[in-house]
Amino acid sequence: MKKYLSLTIFAVMIAFSQVSLAAKGVYQTSAAFISQSFVGVTPKAKILWLTKEDKVVVAKILQHKFNRMRIRYWQVNSETVWILNEIGKEKPITIGVHIKNNQINHFKVLTFRESRGDEVRHEFFSQQFINVTLNGDNRLSQSVDGITGATLSVRATTKIARLALWLNAKVTASGS
Amino acid sequence: MMNKTLISAALIGLFASNTAFSNQETDELRNVIAEQQKTLALLEKRLDETDQKLNATADQVDVNAEASIFSNTTIGGYGELHYNNYDNGDAKVDFHRFVLFFGHEFSDSVRFFSEFELEHSIAGDGKAGEVELEQAYVEVDINEGLSSKVGLFLIPVGIINETHEPPTFYGVERNGVEKNIIPATWWEAGVAFNYKPTGGVSIDGAITSGLNATKKNDDGSYSFTSIRSGRQKVAKATAENLAYTGRVKYTAIAGLELAVTLQYQTDLTQGLGTLDEASATLFETHAIYQIDNFTVRALYARWDIDGQEAKDSGSDEQTGWYVEPSYKVNEKVGVFARYAEYDNNAGNSDSTAVESTSVGVNYYLHENVVLKADYEDVSGGVNGSEDKKGFNLGFGYQF
Repeated sequence: MKKYLSLTIFAVMIAFSQVSLAAKGVYQTSAAFISQSFVGVTPKAKILWLTKEDKVVVAKILQHKFNRMRIRYWQVNSETVWILNEIGKEKPITIGVHIKNNQINHFKVLTFRESRGDEVRHEFFSQQFINVTLNGDNRLSQSVDGITGATLSVRATTKIARLALWLNAKVTASGS
Repeated sequence: MMNKTLISAALIGLFASNTAFSNQETDELRNVIAEQQKTLALLEKRLDETDQKLNATADQVDVNAEASIFSNTTIGGYGELHYNNYDNGDAKVDFHRFVLFFGHEFSDSVRFFSEFELEHSIAGDGKAGEVELEQAYVEVDINEGLSSKVGLFLIPVGIINETHEPPTFYGVERNGVEKNIIPATWWEAGVAFNYKPTGGVSIDGAITSGLNATKKNDDGSYSFTSIRSGRQKVAKATAENLAYTGRVKYTAIAGLELAVTLQYQTDLTQGLGTLDEASATLFETHAIYQIDNFTVRALYARWDIDGQEAKDSGSDEQTGWYVEPSYKVNEKVGVFARYAEYDNNAGNSDSTAVESTSVGVNYYLHENVVLKADYEDVSGGVNGSEDKKGFNLGFGYQF
């Protein structure tokens, strides 16, 4: 049987080498998400510089240090769009969040780079974030049901939802 | 008359000199304003330049900050320290698992993943521990829904076999059903594919090396042993008889997971000695449902094994199941209860089932660092050989 196993492995490897491999995991570009959120119009990106105090809050939400100095966002009146990254297990998941009147209007996993846990990119999961707001403790106004085996991906998406809502409150409250 | 003329002349002279003075002052002011405008323009230009430099610096800082998270090579790991205190023996403390993950992404669609483990702190001749390579495979994405892997990987079965980092489950020790029936942690060498026809549906298939549930006796003959001891761990493993595994997993409703695994082992004896051929089938199914802070896990597993030796020992049928409700009180604290029952000799008429009832708590110091405590009451086995009561303490982490 050894030779059959070897032959099978060899055959699979040969098959792979003949396949034209498309990049996997980019489900929508950031530009397309922004344009879609503002119905075809893409406003100029704004920049939010994070203060030392801001970074403390961001680190509390993410449960780890946040090393970036600023965050880009897009805004038209009371609507903002955020394109944020957070690691699930090993690789960053890129997520687009469109917030309207302090509620999440659209939430989408744009790029998923890990080999497990990609269930979070599907509509049945992401729709749980629609109309969610932030409460006083910087927690989501409603619980998000998890996915077994995708615990870390679920956790990353929840953190991004909280972070985007907090950032949105910050820029809209300051009248930016 | 003369006086009037003098006064008029004086006034005219005064006005004229004032006008001349005003014109001179206005010119000076214009010059000042022009200078100031030049300065403002210069300052504005410098401000723009400073802004550009600042943004360029920030860009570089951000690139450097993100370089690590977008790195093609990643490391991770987990570990757990256990203290076991049961009434049937001495209390023990054990750094049960120290695990390091290494991964590398060769391209967007080809990646390597490995898991390197030290069990029980010290490995070597006469030592309690083992150094194990639990995963080492190359995974290739063929298209958006189909991927395949080649190498040494975890068998797609059960709840904890593939996801067993300590913060992800309740109880200090892993449950007896998945340990003794499935048997987790279980890895083999071979090829596997994963197909996702639609969101929330995942189909796995694998052709791998098989178990070798035999033991070589002093006289050179072979006898049939147990499923758990049949794991060859891909260490110069006998690969005469392969295993075929299929799993369907459904997660299309948030909070719900349903899965069924079926595995066929062509011969658990690997053709060794004069033992009867022992083809075997493993059936496993489980459900997990989470609603708000409440979660329930339930699992059932069963082996059906052919061959006279398995039949003689009653191990031709092996079954196990457990149910585990848990409640997350808040972000830091979760409590659970578990009832488990398994029998590695369910094929005989004796009462050999092992029953276990556990209650416990997980306290999360951080989302990736957990302290655990549980109490367990175990009974059954051959003539009550597994009877014991006691508690376990532990901590675990992942990164």
